[in-house]
Amino acid sequence: MAMHQIEIQLTAIVVAVACALPGVFLVLRRMTLMSDAISHAILPGIVLAFFLTESLSSPLLILAAAGTGVLTVVFVELLQQTKLLKEDAAIGLTFPALFSIGVILISRFAGNVHLDMDAVLLGEIAYAHLNRLEVFGYNMGPVALYVMGTILVLNLAFILLFYKELKLATFDASLAAALGFAPTLIHYGLMTLVSVTTVGAFDAVGSILVVALIAGPPATAYLMTDSLGRMLILSAIIGSVNAISGYWLAYLFDVSIAGAIATMTLLIFGLTFLVVPERGLIAIARRRARQKWEFAQKMLVIHLLNHEGLPEAEAESEIAHLHEHLRWEPTFATQVVKYALNNRCVSQKETQLTLTEQGRAMARQVLVQ
Amino acid sequence: MQQALEPKAIEVTDLTVAYQETPVLWDVDLDVPPGVLLAIVGPNGAGKTTLIKAILGLVRPAAGRVLIYDKPYEAQRRIVGYVPQRGSVDWDFPTNVLDVVMMGRYGTLGWIRRPGKPERELAIQALEKVGMQAYTTRQISQLSGGQQQRVFLARALVQDATIYLMDEPFQGVDATTERAIVALLQELRANGKTVVVVHHDLQTVTDYFDWVMLLNIRRIASGPVNETFTPENLRATYGGRVAFMQNVN
Repeated sequence: MAMHQIEIQLTAIVVAVACALPGVFLVLRRMTLMSDAISHAILPGIVLAFFLTESLSSPLLILAAAGTGVLTVVFVELLQQTKLLKEDAAIGLTFPALFSIGVILISRFAGNVHLDMDAVLLGEIAYAHLNRLEVFGYNMGPVALYVMGTILVLNLAFILLFYKELKLATFDASLAAALGFAPTLIHYGLMTLVSVTTVGAFDAVGSILVVALIAGPPATAYLMTDSLGRMLILSAIIGSVNAISGYWLAYLFDVSIAGAIATMTLLIFGLTFLVVPERGLIAIARRRARQKWEFAQKMLVIHLLNHEGLPEAEAESEIAHLHEHLRWEPTFATQVVKYALNNRCVSQKETQLTLTEQGRAMARQVLVQ
Repeated sequence: MQQALEPKAIEVTDLTVAYQETPVLWDVDLDVPPGVLLAIVGPNGAGKTTLIKAILGLVRPAAGRVLIYDKPYEAQRRIVGYVPQRGSVDWDFPTNVLDVVMMGRYGTLGWIRRPGKPERELAIQALEKVGMQAYTTRQISQLSGGQQQRVFLARALVQDATIYLMDEPFQGVDATTERAIVALLQELRANGKTVVVVHHDLQTVTDYFDWVMLLNIRRIASGPVNETFTPENLRATYGGRVAFMQNVN
């Protein structure tokens, strides 16, 4: 691997982890759409800061963008508080308005500078290593890596320091407020982090990938664990896996790295969604199928118990006529009998079914419930 | 006159809460003496939950004030335990029973400090009290409604408060759990705690509680159950809809 390849992958990993950590709390607060809004709405902040500093690498850009991000959250919440519209509509109204202000500012006043829309939306991590940090003439590596590294450390520090507060405010905001933990402050702290992360990351990977990396890995991790701590760690790992596999996918097919990482994020989520034990689609389908047979078996043993020892018992437990009594398809009835025989709930005597001890106990237990 | 000298556990004076211009609570007064088990009853939309939230400083009143042992709530957070409605949180949150109960200690821990072994032990003790010690590591999404309620109660118990405010603790629980919760509330009162409960079931008020507040946006009446829980007061609270209550008293 060439040096620049390592640098690009390292940058991608740092971006992915920095996005995944606050993303966990957004997913749990059902606010992932807010990251989408923030990632677009920060544009006017960046443009205005650019006019002031006339530089694209000024740290003021990040601060201004983060400010606009928090402002977006405030606007959305103000709209919501009127109770005239819901959160999704409030988000849908706010961020295009702010974003378009940014677009108009660029087209009117900054048409000839390097601040183009493609870079905003898609970023280009492949060139991230070209912009390098030099200290006293020494080449210290790509700027993006330092920017995102700093943001990652910031996110990590905030979450480690206020882990307990974030957890309580996310799970039960009213108890957090009653205990004096200022959930609104925590909320805006988190939103500031998301804004800073978004603006730092979108320079490297573009705003679409930022949203993918904020929502994707935490949503994947959410399917895999029942613990908030593990969800954070898994999100970071999954984000890194997405970043590296996305990079090589892009390398192999010679396509956009950001696009490939976003694709891998979706693929890995989809795969997890299918195969994860207990709550994955495959596990659910299996459980449903098993429940279907269990239920049919229960119907069968109850049917047999109800008529046991009565004059009509012989007719009711005739295998060939079962489907008529239970109104089942004949083939289904045959399969159920087979299933119940395998489970030793019933035994077969010539053409008749009789309950075993086990089957009788099962039927009684079901009826008691 | 001795009672007047004793500080009130909760003193609500002229409390008005409004959303926009719609009043939810209109000039409500309430004195809760220490050591009572008080039910707040009233029809839907009477402002019961809002009153609890106003006492806890969770909604901002348009007028009036709330005192806890003669001081504002902010100065008394540590001595007030809160059990919100079970449905107010997301039970799919990735955490387990013990962890939720330990949240009750967060107030005492303060900012940044993490819960440790002492908090864990207190949480286990509280879970034993509510009969949930076998569920410490259980993921909270796997609990039944009654179990969720018990976990919330345990979380309030570890706060080791003097005053407990509970919003509908009997909502959607089975008869066994309801009896267990009542026994727990009465034990709290026996230990000198003050317990305020938003309650829905008029039939059980006289059995479970010794004080009652009848609320319908305005305070209709409050005081000892045998003096306050009268057909006239109930009619004033519920309007004509108390035909089913004829057998009370």
